[in-house]
Amino acid sequence: MDWQVFLNDDGGGRTYLEWMIDAWGWTLSVAGCAWVVAIVVGALIGTVRTLPNSPWAVRLANIWVEMFRNVPLLVQIFIWYFVLPKLFPAMQQIPGFALVVVALGFFTSARIAEQVRAGIQALPKGQRYAGMAMGFSTAQTYRYVILPMAVRIIFPPLTSESMNLLKNSSVAFAVSIAELTTFAMQAQEETSRGVEVYLAVTILYAISAFAVNRVMAFVEKRLQIPGYIVAGGTGGGH
Amino acid sequence: MGDFDLSFFTWEMLSKFVLKGFIFSLELTAIATVGGIIFGTILALMRLSGKKFLMVPATFYVNGMRSIPLVMVILWFFLLVPSSFYALFGSTGVDYRSEISAIITFIAFEAAYFSEIMRAGIQSIPRGQVHAGQALGMTYSQNMKLVVLPQAFRNMLPVLLTQTIILFQDTSLVYAIGAYDLLKGFSTAGKIYGRPEEAYLLAAVVYFVLCYLLSYSVKKLQAKIAIVR
Repeated sequence: MDWQVFLNDDGGGRTYLEWMIDAWGWTLSVAGCAWVVAIVVGALIGTVRTLPNSPWAVRLANIWVEMFRNVPLLVQIFIWYFVLPKLFPAMQQIPGFALVVVALGFFTSARIAEQVRAGIQALPKGQRYAGMAMGFSTAQTYRYVILPMAVRIIFPPLTSESMNLLKNSSVAFAVSIAELTTFAMQAQEETSRGVEVYLAVTILYAISAFAVNRVMAFVEKRLQIPGYIVAGGTGGGH
Repeated sequence: MGDFDLSFFTWEMLSKFVLKGFIFSLELTAIATVGGIIFGTILALMRLSGKKFLMVPATFYVNGMRSIPLVMVILWFFLLVPSSFYALFGSTGVDYRSEISAIITFIAFEAAYFSEIMRAGIQSIPRGQVHAGQALGMTYSQNMKLVVLPQAFRNMLPVLLTQTIILFQDTSLVYAIGAYDLLKGFSTAGKIYGRPEEAYLLAAVVYFVLCYLLSYSVKKLQAKIAIVR
């Protein structure tokens, strides 16, 4: 193995190491922005799916989830990047980075919405009735009774969805966002040092995924209610 | 609305470009599911064996695979599998290098995910079942084969099928090494007819219909199993 390759100039006045660090930054920005989109939209859609007296809102939210869950992420990225700007020329002004963030965010939002719905429905019915008995409106019941409990229930699956999101950001290579996987493919081609380049990129992905895991575990611990234990999720996914 | 023209969407286009890719996507899904379940079960049994020299490598493999993106795994295998391996398949090996590499990758990658599902399934079997098998004088492998695994497979069936649907969606990522799958079929047709955007839209519709129908049937099956139990 020849690690010197990372000190070589990439032809643009920076070393491959600098390029890789930049790429890591892009990976983290894509994943971070998409995470915010996914959490906000996912929490909203997931909550709407459990509303007691709004069948149409529930139906629309269900359609949202089915739509974004049943098309591969790569195809969704192509739709956002190529198809929608052609249908709506105004979208051609939007930078590619934002389109990928929206694609990845909405894709993940469907999965998070599913977890949120399951978390809310896992609560005993009595919680909701207790809120009603207190004279709370639906909004108040959600705000003060249901959501604070549901957040804690869905934390373990939310952690693995967040890690999945980070890994899925690699699909942005398909539209040449300058993130880690794009770097890996281009640097491999230019230097023919595939093993070194891939190994470095793989390690950065593993470090990032591990960091996400630790941060989420820390927050989960801080939110924990003493004596209240919730079951974890099952395997599978990605 | 820009100009959008779906008139190239004909049976001729489908049979010429898309069908080949669709068949490969199905093959890849089927082979990776069967291979992944076999190797995944072995990995799960290694992790549950209680023997350190089996547990440590299996845990390392599963956690390692699960912490890197599938695209990177696809690139790794494409880089590392030596050409002498492809030579084993004769002229097919030379022409279908990406496809063969994709098949190996998906078996290896999915094994890690299937092993987690299997492990959860095996652990969901009450200890009393294992003890009952032991009381009947069964060996470890008899106990697994006759008592634990049949029940674990049944418990895990819906999750296994859902994972297969995800796997089918993930086969589109072989785009990274240029293997000819369903998506590639559509994008090739789009290029040739000069309608790339329309082709992507059609690909999305086809994926949606297939995956929606599959996940709908899994949901139905899940309900059925739940009543029987």
